[in-house]
Amino acid sequence: MTAAVLDHEPAHEAHHTSLPVDNRKLAIWTFIGSECLFFASLITTFVIYRDSHAKGLGPKDVFEVPLVTAGTAVLLFSSFFVVMALNGAQQANRKKLITWLSLTVLCGVFFVGMQVYEFTHFYREGLHYGTNLFASSFFTLTGFHGTHVAIGTLWLATLLKDAWKGRIPPKKALNLEIAALYWHFVDVVWIIIFPVVYLMSLGR
Amino acid sequence: MATAALDPAHATTYKRSVLVEWLTTVDHKRVGILYGASAFMFFLIGGIEAEIIRLQLMRPDNHLVSPEFYNQLFTMHGTTMIFLAIMPISAMFFNFFVPLLIGARDVAFPRLNAMSLWVFILGGLFLNVSFLFGSAPNGGWFGYAPLSSVQFSPGHNMDFWAIGLQILGIASLAAGVNFFTTILNMRAPGMTLMRMPMFVWSVLVTQVLVLLSFPVITVALTMLIADRSFGASFFSFERAGGDPMLWQHLFWVFGHPEVYILILPAFGIVSEILPVFSRKPLFGYTAMVFSMALIAFLGFGVWSHHMFATGMGPLADSFFSLTTMLIAIPTGVKIFNWIGTLWGGSLQMKTPLYFAVGFIAMFIIGGLSGVMHAVAPADLQQTDTYFVVAHFHYVMFGGSIFALTAGTYYWWPKMFGHLLDEGLGKLHFWLMLIGFNLTFFPMHFAGLLGMPRRVYTYPGSLGLDGYNLASTIGAWILGFSFLVFIYNVIKTTRASVHAPADPWGGATLEWSIPSPPQEWNFNVEPVVTEKDELWARKRAAGVRTLPEPVLVSGEGIHLPSPSWWPLATAIGILIFFIGILLKGQVASGFPFSPISIFGVLMVAFSIFKWSYQPVDHSMSHQH
Amino acid sequence: MRHLRAPRRWYRLLGLLCALALVVAACGGPYPQSTLNPRGDFAEIVDAVFMKTVYLATIVFVLVEGALLWTVFKFRGKPTDPDPEQIHGSTVIEILWTIIPAVVLAVVAVPTVRAIFSTAAVPTTSPDGQKPLKVEVIGHQWFWEFRYPDLGITVGNELHVPLNRTIDLRMKSNDVIHAFWVPQFAGKRDIFPNRETRLWFTPQVTGEFPGACGEFCGTEHGRMDFYLMVDSAPKFDAWVARRKNDSTMQFNGMPIVAAAADSSVALAVVDPKVEEGKKLFLSKTCSGCHSVSSMHPLRGQVGPNLSGIGTRKMIGAGWLPNTDENLRDWIEHTQKVKPDVLMKGLPPISDDEANALIAYLRTLR
Repeated sequence: MTAAVLDHEPAHEAHHTSLPVDNRKLAIWTFIGSECLFFASLITTFVIYRDSHAKGLGPKDVFEVPLVTAGTAVLLFSSFFVVMALNGAQQANRKKLITWLSLTVLCGVFFVGMQVYEFTHFYREGLHYGTNLFASSFFTLTGFHGTHVAIGTLWLATLLKDAWKGRIPPKKALNLEIAALYWHFVDVVWIIIFPVVYLMSLGR
Repeated sequence: MATAALDPAHATTYKRSVLVEWLTTVDHKRVGILYGASAFMFFLIGGIEAEIIRLQLMRPDNHLVSPEFYNQLFTMHGTTMIFLAIMPISAMFFNFFVPLLIGARDVAFPRLNAMSLWVFILGGLFLNVSFLFGSAPNGGWFGYAPLSSVQFSPGHNMDFWAIGLQILGIASLAAGVNFFTTILNMRAPGMTLMRMPMFVWSVLVTQVLVLLSFPVITVALTMLIADRSFGASFFSFERAGGDPMLWQHLFWVFGHPEVYILILPAFGIVSEILPVFSRKPLFGYTAMVFSMALIAFLGFGVWSHHMFATGMGPLADSFFSLTTMLIAIPTGVKIFNWIGTLWGGSLQMKTPLYFAVGFIAMFIIGGLSGVMHAVAPADLQQTDTYFVVAHFHYVMFGGSIFALTAGTYYWWPKMFGHLLDEGLGKLHFWLMLIGFNLTFFPMHFAGLLGMPRRVYTYPGSLGLDGYNLASTIGAWILGFSFLVFIYNVIKTTRASVHAPADPWGGATLEWSIPSPPQEWNFNVEPVVTEKDELWARKRAAGVRTLPEPVLVSGEGIHLPSPSWWPLATAIGILIFFIGILLKGQVASGFPFSPISIFGVLMVAFSIFKWSYQPVDHSMSHQH
Repeated sequence: MRHLRAPRRWYRLLGLLCALALVVAACGGPYPQSTLNPRGDFAEIVDAVFMKTVYLATIVFVLVEGALLWTVFKFRGKPTDPDPEQIHGSTVIEILWTIIPAVVLAVVAVPTVRAIFSTAAVPTTSPDGQKPLKVEVIGHQWFWEFRYPDLGITVGNELHVPLNRTIDLRMKSNDVIHAFWVPQFAGKRDIFPNRETRLWFTPQVTGEFPGACGEFCGTEHGRMDFYLMVDSAPKFDAWVARRKNDSTMQFNGMPIVAAAADSSVALAVVDPKVEEGKKLFLSKTCSGCHSVSSMHPLRGQVGPNLSGIGTRKMIGAGWLPNTDENLRDWIEHTQKVKPDVLMKGLPPISDDEANALIAYLRTLR
């Protein structure tokens, strides 16, 4: 949420900055640094509790690795797509910008959809939020990550709307760059979550 | 006040009421004053809670309040003083003075700044409203699981606590991002990092601590709320094997850096005041910067010294004992450097200096008893006794509050355009010093002699009546000292004798502009050539006081536009969390109430509107 | 020369006075819960390292506060004074006052680590040559349960131990986190619902010593106290024998409900009032929560074990003197005496019934 607020707030655009970086870019990096601790705490909790499923279902009973692998791949690709879109914005190539940005948003939608499917599926199989500690920590961690993806997707979608209306000329490419930074961060978190939550829990 | 024209091209002028001006303000100075005013209100509430606590403990086996209400009082006293008093009073100074000290027109994100303010105020009200329902938080400011679980704390008490802190965390994190960016990026030309006033350094380091520690408590509180309202059992052993120790680790990984979040701004303020009133630069600037950074760094490696009694084993105990002792070294360096600053100076005995010296004197005591706690075996005796209560009040009150009061007397003329009365200020100081020491010094002895903490009463057979009575008398003197302060404020505001721009012979940029500053702070962006820039300018001019700056019209200056959306966003956040509170402690069903969903939509809509609102406007005609 | 030495002597005197204040506080005065009055080896180790810190801290306190105050008095100036010399720092001095605190801390750190290790492990033998006495401590909201697994007995709120025998505590909570604390013998140790924590001490003095819960545990945390009774070995053995007898003599080892209902079981004292109290103990559902036998009973574990209640020093978890009056108050108006304890929603009890119950309870010695 904070990240979204920072976007479009070029306070004192005319003002010089002390470091060779825009305020908003510095802010989003700062925010990302703070978020690292947020996800580190969630991941640590999951690692502590992932074997606590004496009651109810455990990772081996519910995880569907092929589906999640597909989701992971999609998310990874989207990071590449958003780079291409940014490149398009910087080159004033509206078509390139819109094409790649649309693909990025689609990837985000697919990933969120994958998670909604996964959660409903687990729920139907009998793994509820409070079933056991594995379930609680799994849903909390991946749920918060999913929320981040959803916010990122919404953010990119509003930028897509702007791009469509021609409101992202090269000198405003920073608007997209900041969203892209956030998007990369969300991807990186997933790159940690995927092996730690899915692969390592199954290997035990 | 300038009439702000939102669109200079059309020169449409908006005549807005005073109330609307304050509700929509994005001016860092007004945001700062609002932080200060609301925090002072909360400080008074927390103070009244403390006075009732002291009345209850005045004599053994007292029945003034019920055990249940007593637990609410001490929980809310701690929570209020930490999150609603010391942090936001510090935030008042961050807001008002960081831009002035670094020569900026505003913070990096003025509207985000306003949002932090409103989220803080609404969060503080949310916490305190719980009293009206008779269910104020009652599980301690540390909310140890499993006592804070639904099983042992049914009722909404701890819901108010967990959700309230969550709301306040949002305000702190947003402000953290904002001030970190502001300080790194908005400095005036020539204001290199190593020329920054020490207060700015302290704010920078504090924000790093906020940014790295608050996410951890956010996660912990999320899990506690999940346990209480969504059927999880992260910390409750009985239902699914959750570990209460996880809460303690997460809480103190946040909780110890939090202590430095409370004290580092105090260090910064005192480091500003001592040089000015000694007429001599800060002794060992570089060492002061690095010792502060070192304290912050080590602050992340000592959290388990709050948990010696849990029996972590000798290796962990030794590790955390030693890291805790290590912190005493940079802290000692700071104290010596402050004394070094005074040494050889020409001390101008004004109220701010009284409080600043009082800060050093009291903080030394808090630091020394802190080292005693670092001795893990001794801590097994002292933890959860009044010895600890004495220790951290010497740090939090003797440290933070003394310094914040010093800062208040020091910066008051800049904030409000008139000086506080010196005589009343000194009376305030002596009453506060005497009251404070009479309250808290006997607590060292009470604790060592066996007075446990967080008890609503104690048997007369412990022989501690005298110590407790002394503390109670002291607490009332201490409370009275703040009445003197309030009287001082009222009296000087009525008299309203205009203060000069530079009443103390200041060293930093805020004293180069009128008191109070005009909305745009600096008519032209200052260029900095030295540490203690203003002193350098005075030296160059060969004067002690520069000529009084002239008030000018700010025509053509770009200022951030006022906005309703920060307030709307804050209200949306509050509504979201009220939804979680009202949802109750049901384990199944759809996780979010319609109220929460409405809150989320309101936040999303407000941010959307905020994003597309024009950012700033240029000052047009003055009236 | 003279006026240079005088203040120094004054500081030394002040330091001595501070240390003296602590010593006076430690020795004099009726402070039964003092941490400065060690009566056992664990507390002595702690006290030794703490006092070392106190002396050092006092010296540092006097020197630094003295330097501060002296500086403030000496360098007072007037507004018209010329500016003082603009000193920005001194590398030598700063290095010096970084090293000195480091050295002082090292002096504290070494005995600290030593004390941490020497208090960590439970000794394998007692000073009296026997094996340490195992006691299981169970914390409840808001009372204490003490079990002696090797002796097969359980008591509530009054821990009896023999002199010079190391006590090996294994502690667990029944609900929230508590902490076991008898300051004259050992530091605190938290008690968790999901893990066992250990603590030990060897009492070196006989007597009665108060202890308390040292971790906030809810409404009545302030009244979760207990007493530690240190007896000579023979006296302790007699107490243990009495605890075992209270079951065998009065109830022939039968489960409490059957025994109390069986009139053929002879009581030590036969008194119609006692007989009535015994029946009331059953009919007023007291026995549902309280056991009167210390032989690991199957029932009656919800409330404190009442074996020996007739002669206990205190009731209500260590804070109300065990008088008939207090006992009657407790039985008739528990929620007024100690709000929020589990003992609520019980059938009303008249004064006569309460007196009969008390008469019965007084037979449990």
